[in-house]
Amino acid sequence: MVTTGQRTPAPVATSGPGLMMRGGLPVPRVGKLPAPKLSPAGELSTVEPDPWEDLRRYTPARIALGRAGASLPTAEVLDFQMAHAQARDAVHLALDFAALAGALRQAGFATAAVESLAATRQEYVRRPDLGRRLHPDCRATLAPALGDATSAQRLTLVVADGLSSRAAATHALPLLCALRSRLIAHAARWSIDTIILASQARVALADEVGALRKAEAVVILLGERPGLSSPDSLGLYMTYRPRPGLTDADRNCISNVRAAGLGYAEAALKLHFLLDAARAAGVSGTSVKDHTDQSADSLSALPGSDACDADR
Amino acid sequence: MPFAHTVDRCTYRFADLKVLLAKASPLRSGDAMAGLAAQTEQERVAARMALAAVPLRHFLSEAVIPYEQDEVTRLIVDTHDLAAFAPVQHLTVGGFREWLLAYAQDAESLRSIAPGITPEMAAAVCKLMRNQDLVLVAQKCSVVTQYRNTLGLPGRMATRLQPNHPTDDLRGIFASVLDGLMYGSGDAVIGINPAGDNVPGTVRLLHALDEFRERHDIPVQTCVLTHVTNTIEAMRQGAPVDLVFQSIAGTEKANRSFGVDLALLAQAQAEALALARAPLRGQSGCDHVMYFETGQGSALSADAHQGVDQQTCEARAYAVARRFQPLLVNTVVGFIGPEYLFDGKQILRAGLEDHFCGKLLGLPMGCDVCYTNHAEADQDDMDTLLTMLAVAGVNFVMGVPGADDVMLNYQSTSFHDALYVREVLHRRRAPEFEQWLQRMGITDSTGRLVPGSRSGLWSRLGSELPHLSRPRGLA
Repeated sequence: MVTTGQRTPAPVATSGPGLMMRGGLPVPRVGKLPAPKLSPAGELSTVEPDPWEDLRRYTPARIALGRAGASLPTAEVLDFQMAHAQARDAVHLALDFAALAGALRQAGFATAAVESLAATRQEYVRRPDLGRRLHPDCRATLAPALGDATSAQRLTLVVADGLSSRAAATHALPLLCALRSRLIAHAARWSIDTIILASQARVALADEVGALRKAEAVVILLGERPGLSSPDSLGLYMTYRPRPGLTDADRNCISNVRAAGLGYAEAALKLHFLLDAARAAGVSGTSVKDHTDQSADSLSALPGSDACDADR
Repeated sequence: MPFAHTVDRCTYRFADLKVLLAKASPLRSGDAMAGLAAQTEQERVAARMALAAVPLRHFLSEAVIPYEQDEVTRLIVDTHDLAAFAPVQHLTVGGFREWLLAYAQDAESLRSIAPGITPEMAAAVCKLMRNQDLVLVAQKCSVVTQYRNTLGLPGRMATRLQPNHPTDDLRGIFASVLDGLMYGSGDAVIGINPAGDNVPGTVRLLHALDEFRERHDIPVQTCVLTHVTNTIEAMRQGAPVDLVFQSIAGTEKANRSFGVDLALLAQAQAEALALARAPLRGQSGCDHVMYFETGQGSALSADAHQGVDQQTCEARAYAVARRFQPLLVNTVVGFIGPEYLFDGKQILRAGLEDHFCGKLLGLPMGCDVCYTNHAEADQDDMDTLLTMLAVAGVNFVMGVPGADDVMLNYQSTSFHDALYVREVLHRRRAPEFEQWLQRMGITDSTGRLVPGSRSGLWSRLGSELPHLSRPRGLA
């Protein structure tokens, strides 16, 4: 039975630009009910559309999807599956560390590679404890060279795959460039160490790396647990005077670095602030608060900026 | 006390009840990570054989966490009802399984023994049950609670409308509320997980939800799922709190990691009862003002499991819940991640176990049928669990727009998913909410949706949204 097109158009009280993107398709601006849809084969649709599609402007949630009987329209079923596929691939596709190292060197960063104790992706997902520990064979790689600069002011940056290789591949390099520019521009008393590329790594692994590098502070950049609408979100965790055995309460987190989230310059600003604040306090963690938000509601309201992800 | 079981001249030994329970548990990644799981499939079944022979009475003399060390153990022991236990006190765990499955047991007999069943007894018998057993026995249980509507009646299934938004934007939240109501969702509760965790934000959301509910005379309850201390402060500031929410776990140490203990929960319940907002009472004759969430693995993730397997820890959380006569208990089964429940099979099993144990212990159990993107699970797995839980008589499930929670970044059940259950299993909504939906022209007399355009409600509600941007009381 064809149900669309037989109902009275109803007035919509909302106004303003109504065009939003969902699944790569523009959502029609609604001031009237959509016309009966034709499938590619030219058949009339049995989908019952929802006349409140206009409300999508207020939320990224999947509202006003319409229905076929009680069930989702085919396009929505497939749209969801594609979003899930993107998130799954972000978790399971290996990060191309060689390509990332090449790009970092091209940008003027020195790099070194290490691994965690988690041998495979499956082990990484099942055993967070292994992802938090450095493979013993990698320790020698990390010892600072003789005559290396003093460890005071040394800022060791670790880039890891985490739970989204796509996040690290997309955002690590531009974020590191933004951070370097900021530290130079502000003549900051932080000296960027060799970038450590860590595979199958969780957050706490950075503390061991930082301790071996004798760093004053360590920051790990890694892919966060991907959501359907955020498969490439990068998180940053900073530890002052890193050493093994610290907990989440000893670190500061900046979350949600991605195109629709926190920008590179903003993230670099926050990180610079936290580094200086931790140095002043002599400690990182819950006692160090990020005050860069106080004049910018838009930043403080971002998801995860005050409550970082639990998959550490 | 040590236990042993011999198969083909090979003797499997288990140091104590805690070890026996852990080894008997169906395989899941959390127990393996904790080093508690059986080493072989044969050891697992041998543990079940040994467990089947343990008298239920033994559970009254051996605690899995010592009485002196844990207030949850003390609660379990001190509130155990020997008279209620009498009908099953002569049984072994294996015999208890058969007693539960027997034709003779019905909602009434199961309700009467509930105060005599400890969480560890429930966990033990659960480990001997197949999935179909968990469904069959849970389906016999009936736990009815009331607030502004009646939840848990036979043949009914409610939904929690979960209109989360990444920045707690009121227009965004109410766009999802409207969507959910138009899909007939929300009778269990309209409950927001706030993105920000603070008192002013909580108070703002509580007022917005309550005013909306009153304006449209919707027979549902509302809730902001923030920490209990925030809710206590909100109540003291005069905010309209229907339900006090808190995540709870099965050990004192895990609860402390959540920032709660029994005394704090009791204080929150007392303050909510004093508001006297609930128009209706449940079968127990008390007001139901609490909403708890639980989930297997929470104690382990806080390093507070104390050598107890995650399913037994979860059952112990239900002892905490039933102390406070909740309106709703929700096991958020797949949220915690694959290091605790690895795939669809483990999530399915855990969801059915939690629902069964909760119902057996007398709780109004719902389930957040859900998974994360790093778990080996997808929508097909959720369809299976949702269907089995609906058959088992689950009191409520979640309703999330398009199953995609854009704030918490996980996948739950959608408004459409609940409609599917109503179609194939004829599960109806809470009666008061069902009547409201019909009055509003959202559903017809069979409970099916009428085309959205025929109800004026969506345009009326939609027209309120632009005015929600600057909430009352905030400049």
